[in-house]
Amino acid sequence: MTEQERLQRTGSERTDASATETTSETTSATDLADELDSLLDEIDSVLEENAEEFVRNYVQKGGQ
Amino acid sequence: MAVAKVLGIETEYGVAGGPDGDPITASTLIVNAYAQHEHRRIAWDFTDETPGRDARVQPTESFPPAIEIHLANTVLTNGARLYVDHAHPEYSSPEVRTPLEAVLYDQAGELVMRQAMETCNTTFDPAHAVRLYKNNSDGKGNAYGTHENYLVDRSVPFTDLVRGLLPHFVSRLVYCGAGKVGSETDEARGYGTTFQLSARAEFFEEVVGLETTLKRPIINTRDEPHSDPERYRRLHVINGDATMSPVATWLKLGVTSLLLSYIEHRGVEALPPAPTRPVRAFRAFARDESLTATTPTDRGEWRALDYQEALYELLSTFVATEGADDVAPSDEVTGLLAEWRRCLDALATTPDLLSDTVDWIAKRRILRAYQDRYHCGPLDARLRAIDLQYADIHPARSLASRARLRHLFSEDDISAAVSTPPASTRAFFRGTCVARFSDALVSANWDSLVFDVGSGPLQRVAMMDPLRGTAALTEPLFNSVSNASELVVALNG
Repeated sequence: MTEQERLQRTGSERTDASATETTSETTSATDLADELDSLLDEIDSVLEENAEEFVRNYVQKGGQ
Repeated sequence: MAVAKVLGIETEYGVAGGPDGDPITASTLIVNAYAQHEHRRIAWDFTDETPGRDARVQPTESFPPAIEIHLANTVLTNGARLYVDHAHPEYSSPEVRTPLEAVLYDQAGELVMRQAMETCNTTFDPAHAVRLYKNNSDGKGNAYGTHENYLVDRSVPFTDLVRGLLPHFVSRLVYCGAGKVGSETDEARGYGTTFQLSARAEFFEEVVGLETTLKRPIINTRDEPHSDPERYRRLHVINGDATMSPVATWLKLGVTSLLLSYIEHRGVEALPPAPTRPVRAFRAFARDESLTATTPTDRGEWRALDYQEALYELLSTFVATEGADDVAPSDEVTGLLAEWRRCLDALATTPDLLSDTVDWIAKRRILRAYQDRYHCGPLDARLRAIDLQYADIHPARSLASRARLRHLFSEDDISAAVSTPPASTRAFFRGTCVARFSDALVSANWDSLVFDVGSGPLQRVAMMDPLRGTAALTEPLFNSVSNASELVVALNG
């Protein structure tokens, strides 16, 4: 993909996004909730099982 | 034309695991695994390093470089440096010509780290596997950096850079903050902070200074140009977060580049007023999810969004009259300004619309939904785990890669950038020499290469101008030589 095409793609996605905003808000809200729900399911399936221990054990030496 | 805004990002990755749990061991294994995987190991040449030189003072004597020279290091065919810095593996991207290119090579760095981790972990059982995180702190008060570098005209007084950049550096976190659960310093804890826009802001204690590891300053004065010091300054920016969202990285680099170009052309007269207490402003804006906090200036109270709106007005007008060829081609600059505009509009009305663009908003969306589902408190260990795992670069564990962030480059583009140098700077010359003549390459650094051509003394090739050594300038030369010896002869000829 050339830089020009990439920027055009960014531009067209932006147009799509604003188009979505102006359509029925309830539909898009439901879609968003469904999408978020499936995202959470996905996160549940990969999130460390023992969060407490995982977070406690992550200790770094300071850097710059 | 003002100085081309050659730029790049260096990132110290968080590191966990390894055979003995020691971060230096794990970091060394990562760097060595990649060098082994590539069958190359190029030493770093410290001759011209002066990290102790301060932009505010005239150098009267040379400072000894405070660098741990025994640590693992290699130089990649894309022109980047991969090495152990303090107790972290660090990827310093090759210098590039535009912010968008810098995003590509920053993402290539994530892939380099992932490949290094996979190679390294083939020798360990899962319990001792090394894990890498593109983040900036451990949640316990230890911070490590993501530094931006910009080539700036030496004739701009450093005091102008300080004055001109402060309004931007305290407020840009509204779109390029990584987000963080909780707080790690006494002051932020005192405010009962449960979520911050920036991971780094609370670690900053000074306005201007030379330090990078303690008493961190918003504006760092390290004066180590890695190029002709008479013409150039390399502005070393240490106050930013490591971002996973490509668009956020693009905005972080692009807006800062435009502002630097503006300061070079127009000075600082028309810029928004500097905050009266910059450190306090930076930290307060980081704690302010509502985006309503204000900071005092000599022209009234300003919100972070007021600063960004004023900068947008100034810079978009500037681009319309002057262009910004020194930052990027006009189509990239136009796209960048449109993206910035979109962010500011959404931040002012419906920030959640930016959950595909801004890391702190993407992260917060997940955290809030998780809280709703499991009814946990705002500092629950599971939320901290989500925060940490957002930055995990392993595909099986990464949450950022599942967060529906918008991409600017395809996987093929990023994969190609792991091995191919940018055509637009001297990184092309460096990377191509590593790819073709690594057997004869004794050492390298940002502004020179040292070859052992078999007979006679070692040959040092200087690259003091970041804009020379590009593909356009050196490809015919590379096509005409078949080994390092011929290359050196041709360069001396």
